Amino acid sequence: MDISFRLNGESVALTDVAPTVTALDWLREARGLTATKEGCNEGDCGACTVMVTDADGTTQALNACILFLPQLNGRALRTVEGISGPDGALHPVQQAMVDHHGSQCGFCTPGFVASMAVAHANGDTDHDTALAGNLCRCTGYVPIIRAARAAEEQPVPDWITADRSFFLPEISKSERQQPRTSAELAAAYLADPQATLVAGATDVGLWVTKQMRDLGQVIFLSRCADLQQIAEDKDTIRIGAGVTVARMIPLMEDVHPSFAAMLRRYGSAQVRAAATIGGNIANGSPIGDGPPALIALGATLHLRRGDTRRDMPLEDFFLDYGKQDRLGGEFVESVSFRRQPDRLRCYKLSKRFDQDISAVCGCFNITIVEGHVTAARIAFGGMAGTPKRALHVETALTGQPWTETTVTTALQGFAQDFTPMSDMRASARYRLQTAANMLRRYYLEDTGHSTSIMQVQP
Amino acid sequence: MSVTKPLPHDAAHLHVTGQARYVDDIPLPATTLHLAFGLSSVARGRITAMDLEAVRSAPGVVMVLTADDLPFSNDVSPSVHDEPLLATGDVHYLGQPVFAVIADSHLAARHAARLGRIDYAKQDPILTIDQALAANSRFEEGPRIYAKGDAPAAIAAAPHRVEGRFEIGGQEHFYLEGQAALALPQEGGDMVVHSSTQHPTEIQHKVAEALGVPMHAVRVEIRRMGGGFGGKESQGNALAVACAVAASLTGRPCKMRYDRDDDMVITGKRHDFRIDYVAGFDDQGRVLGVEFVQYARCGWAQDLSLPVADRAMLHADNAYLLEHARIESHRLKTNTQSATAFRGFGGPQGMVGIERVMDHVAHHLGVDPLEVRRLNYYAEAAPAARGAGGLSAPPSTTGERPPEDISGKKKQTTPYGMEVEDFILHGLTDRLLKTAEYYRRRQAVADWNAANPVLKRGLALTPVKFGISFTLTHLNQAGALVHVYQDGSIHLNHGGTEMGQGLFQKVAQVAAARFGLDVSAVKITATDTGKVPNTSATAASSGSDLNGMAVKAACDTIRDRMAAYLAVLHQCDAQDVRFAGGHVLVGEARYSFAEVAQIAYAARISLSATGFYATPKVEWDRIKGQGRPFFYFAYGAALTEVVVDTLTGENRILRADLLHDAGASLNPALDIGQIEGGYVQGAGWLTMEELVWDDHGKLRTHAPSTYKIPAVSDRPAVFNVALWDGVNREDTIYRSKAVGEPPLMLGISALMAISDAVAACGTAYPALDAPATPERILAAVQKVRDGL
Repeated sequence: MDISFRLNGESVALTDVAPTVTALDWLREARGLTATKEGCNEGDCGACTVMVTDADGTTQALNACILFLPQLNGRALRTVEGISGPDGALHPVQQAMVDHHGSQCGFCTPGFVASMAVAHANGDTDHDTALAGNLCRCTGYVPIIRAARAAEEQPVPDWITADRSFFLPEISKSERQQPRTSAELAAAYLADPQATLVAGATDVGLWVTKQMRDLGQVIFLSRCADLQQIAEDKDTIRIGAGVTVARMIPLMEDVHPSFAAMLRRYGSAQVRAAATIGGNIANGSPIGDGPPALIALGATLHLRRGDTRRDMPLEDFFLDYGKQDRLGGEFVESVSFRRQPDRLRCYKLSKRFDQDISAVCGCFNITIVEGHVTAARIAFGGMAGTPKRALHVETALTGQPWTETTVTTALQGFAQDFTPMSDMRASARYRLQTAANMLRRYYLEDTGHSTSIMQVQP
Repeated sequence: MSVTKPLPHDAAHLHVTGQARYVDDIPLPATTLHLAFGLSSVARGRITAMDLEAVRSAPGVVMVLTADDLPFSNDVSPSVHDEPLLATGDVHYLGQPVFAVIADSHLAARHAARLGRIDYAKQDPILTIDQALAANSRFEEGPRIYAKGDAPAAIAAAPHRVEGRFEIGGQEHFYLEGQAALALPQEGGDMVVHSSTQHPTEIQHKVAEALGVPMHAVRVEIRRMGGGFGGKESQGNALAVACAVAASLTGRPCKMRYDRDDDMVITGKRHDFRIDYVAGFDDQGRVLGVEFVQYARCGWAQDLSLPVADRAMLHADNAYLLEHARIESHRLKTNTQSATAFRGFGGPQGMVGIERVMDHVAHHLGVDPLEVRRLNYYAEAAPAARGAGGLSAPPSTTGERPPEDISGKKKQTTPYGMEVEDFILHGLTDRLLKTAEYYRRRQAVADWNAANPVLKRGLALTPVKFGISFTLTHLNQAGALVHVYQDGSIHLNHGGTEMGQGLFQKVAQVAAARFGLDVSAVKITATDTGKVPNTSATAASSGSDLNGMAVKAACDTIRDRMAAYLAVLHQCDAQDVRFAGGHVLVGEARYSFAEVAQIAYAARISLSATGFYATPKVEWDRIKGQGRPFFYFAYGAALTEVVVDTLTGENRILRADLLHDAGASLNPALDIGQIEGGYVQGAGWLTMEELVWDDHGKLRTHAPSTYKIPAVSDRPAVFNVALWDGVNREDTIYRSKAVGEPPLMLGISALMAISDAVAACGTAYPALDAPATPERILAAVQKVRDGL
C-alpha cells in the first residue's frame, strides 16, 4: 500500500507498505525512533502512546502497538521525540514531569508524556480519564497527576499546534484497500469476502501481534467518510459503523448519560479514539460494552452487502458465541435507535474500575408510568456466549407496580435467563448474583438512594 | 550539602524526552539475530517426540536449539542448578522453554517458535498447596520451624483464642519493560552482554558457565531497567544465557526480549501463601501466644524460594512483641512458574499474616483493631536512638507519647532472638493518628455505616517494621570505583543497578557531598562487571546503604590523598583541609576543586580509587532461626479509608495517610516517590491483582487485559505522604534508611480497611482472603451478613 503522513512535522511518503506492520515496529525498527516503547503489544499499557492529529484537526492519543501503518495515511503523527521542540525545548508536560518527579524507571514515561501532551493540546483537564490507559508500576501515579495539573495553564507549544493544519500530497493508489465511501467498500468487500475489515484495529491488531495471524487481504475503513456520520432527526439517532467510541460519548451525554459514563470506562482514551461502534458490534464479542446498552435501547442494526441492505433488531445479530447473522461480504453500516425518555442505566462491573473488560455489563431500560412498569428492556454482556436480553426478568417486571416486592420477585428470572460461565474474570455464581443486584441497584437509584462508590467523597 | 536535597531523578530529563536508553533501544549491528523460546504446553510430563522441522524451515530462521545443542552448562538457576535453560526430557510447568529459535528478526523468531510440534507423556501436575502437601512435594527435607517460648501452652492457657486460614495470592511484577538481553561476541571467544538485570554478576556467572569460559571472559553491562521489583534478580538469566550461547554458536550478535504474554507465562512471580494461625490473647487483646503455619507455593525450581520463605518467617511478628510464638514454614514445589523475588521478598506475606491476626483478635473482642495493635507493639526505643530531627526534616514539635523506659527490663526480642533496639512506632503512630484525624474519622465512618445499608466505609491503620539486610549474610557487601579527572569532574561506578528507584542520584549525591561539590560534577555510568566485580543483586532494599557506603569509602580515599598532599604544601594537618562549596580550603588558601585535581595529577597522586563496604553486626543461623539477620529495621504506618459497595463488592480507596521512616533521607523527593509507589503496588497486590491458573496449570491472566495492576484512578483520592523525621541509630550512609521495599507493606492497610468495611455488614468476622477482589468482598459480605 502507498501512504503518506506527517512524522514529527515532516512529510513521509511510503510505498508498498505491508498492511499489518505496526506503527510501533516501524518507528523503532525502520526509523530508530526508540522513545516510543513496547510494553504489552496489545494496547493495554500505553507505553507506546503517540499523538495523532487528523486532517480535520482532531488530536488524539493512540496505541502505536496496535496501529497499523496504513491507518496513519493522511494524518500527522507525533512521537515523544517530536513532542519536545525542534530546538530541544521541553514541552510543558515534560518539564512538569521533571519538576514533580513524575518518572522513576522512565519506561512508561514517553507514553504518559504523549497522553498528557494530547490532553494538554485539547484543554482536557480530566486527567484520570485521559491517563487511564497508561500504566505505571513505579510512582503510584500521584506525581504524574501533579505534573499534569501543573502544566494545565501553560500555552500549547507552536510545534504542536502546527500539526492542526498541514498539507499532504495524496499518494494512495490502492483504493480497494482504502475505500473512500461505503459504496466503494461494499464493492470491494463483495469482490473479496475473505478480506479482513480493519477499522480501529483495537481487536484485529491483537490477531496480528498476539496470535501471529496472517490477515491476508485487508480493507481499511478509516477513510470511508460516510461511515463516520452521526445522523440525528427528531425521532431517531443513527450512528455510522465507523464512529469511534470517543465520538459516541458526547452524543450519549445528551441523551443517555449513564451510557456515556459507561463508555468513559470503555478501554482507554487510546482505545476509544480508535475503536468503532461497528467493530464493537461486528466482532460479536460477548463482553463488548456497546451492544448491551444499544439492545436495551431497542437499537436496530443496518447491514449492507453490495447494494443490498437489511435491518434487524440488534440482539438478533448475535446468534451464538463467535457466530453472527452476517453473510459473506456483508458489513455493519450503522446502528440506530429511537429517541426516548432517558430511563437507561448501564452498570459495568470489572476487577479494575478503569480500562478493564467487563465481568458483567448490565443495561436496564425500564419505563414507569404511574407507578407501574410499562416496558422493560434489560440486556447483559458477560452473562452468555452473546450479548443477551433478560427476557424472564423483563416479563416479570412488565405490568407490575414499581416496588421492592416486584423487583425481588423478578430477581428469580435471572437464573432462568442466564447460565454464565466461570473464568478468570469472575465465577458463574458471582456473575448471576451481581446481575441480580444490578436490578436492585436500578431500583434503589430510581427511588432516590445513592449506591455509587464514585459519589462518595473522601 | 548535596545529600538531603530533593533533587529529581538523575535521568528525569532523559525519561521525559525518550532519550533514556533501555536494552531494547540499543542500536544493533546489522548482522544481529533475534531469539524466541518455544514453550511447553503442558504443566508436567515427559517429552516423547519433538518435531521442529517447521520451525527450522520457517522464514528467517537461522538456527534452532534444544537442550542437546547446548555446549556446556544447561542451567540458569541462581541457587541450586535445578533450572535448565531448555527442558531436558521432562517439563515442569506450562510455559517452560523447550527450544530456542534464532532468526533474523524478532517477529520471525516469535512466529517460528509457535510451529514446534512436541508430544508429551502427560502426568498429573501438582498445582495447588493441597496437592503439593498430599504428594509431599517440597524444597528442603521438611518444614523450617522458628520458635520462641512455648506457644501451644500459652495459647492453651489464654482466656481467648482465634484461629483461621488466610489465603494470600501472588503478584506479577509487571515491570513496564519486559525482560531483555543482547549478547555481542568479542574476539577470542569473549562475550559482552547487555542485560536488563538487577544482578549483573549473576548474569556474568551464568553466561560464563554456559559458554565454558572463566568469568573474566564475560562482561555484563546495564545502564537502567524499566522497572525490576525483584523480577529481574534471577529471571533475566535465561535470556542472557540463551543470547550468549546463540552468539557464540553463530558468531553474530543475538538479542532476545520476551513479548509480554511470554514474559508473564515464563517468569516467576511473588509467592502465593496460605497461612494457618491460632492465637491466644487476654481480655484487652494482648497476644499471649501465636502459632503460624506458612505454606509457600514456590513453583517448579528452587530459585530464591528458601530465603523468601525465611523472610516471611522473620516478619511473622511485624511490629509486635510476641513472647510465645511458633512459625512453621513449608516450601512447596509445584508445576507452576518458579516463584521468585518480589519487593519485600516474603516479608509482606509474613507481615500480612500477623496483621490478619490482630484484626481477628480485635473483632473477637469487639474493640478497635488499632488499640490491639498498639497494645502489642514492641516497646519504644530510648530517645537517643530516635534522634532529634533528621537532616531532611525539622525536629518534631508535636506532642508525642514519651518513650517507654525499658532500661532494667529484659531485652525485647523477635521470635528469632534479635533484640529490637530502634522501635519508633509508638511515636510514629501517634503522629499519624493526629495528622490524619483518626478518631474523628473513626466516628464518622461508624455514623456513615449506621446510615447507609448499601455503601460501607472502612478504616484501618497498619504498621510496618521491616528488617534491612540480605538474610544470606555474605551478600551484604558492595564495591565502587571512583575516578577524578584533571578537570575536576568525577566519574564513578558502583555495584548497584538503576531500576527507577533513584539509586544513581542518591549515590551521586553522596559522592558530591564527600568532595564538597554540586551533584552535576558527578557522572555515574552503566553498571559494569568490568568496573566493579562480584556484586550482589540490587535487592533487599540495600542499594543505597551498601553502594553509598562503598562510594563514600572510595571518595574518601581520593580526598584523603588530595588533603595529605595539600597539607604538605601548606604545612598544615591534613584534617584541616576542607572540601566545601566546590572549593578546597587550606588555611587561607582557596582552590577550586579542579585546581586541586590538576595539582594532584601533576604531583603524580592517584586520582582513582576503589571503595568497599561490608555491613557490620549481622550474623545469624537460618536453620535455627536465631541471631541478628538485620542491621536495623525500617518503620512506617499507613491509615487507609475505603468504601465498599455491598451489591457487587466494588471498592475504592478514599484516602490514605502514610508516615514513613527513611532515617535521615538522602533525597526526600525520591524517598517519597518510593513510598507512594510502594503503597499503591502493595494495595494492588492485596486488592485487584489476581493471578488465575486453570486446572491444567495454564496461567489465564497472562497479559494486562486480564491481569490488572492499579491504574491512575485507583490511587487514593486523597493521598498524604510524609517522612518521619528520625535518623538511623545505626551508622548507615548519612544515617539514612533503606526505602525500597518497606513502603509496599503500607498497602496492607487497604486490605484491613476493606475488612473493616465488610465487618460493618453484620456480626461474623469477614476473614477476607487476598486479593480482595470485588468477588471475594461480596462473598465476605454475604458471610458476615449471614453470621457464618
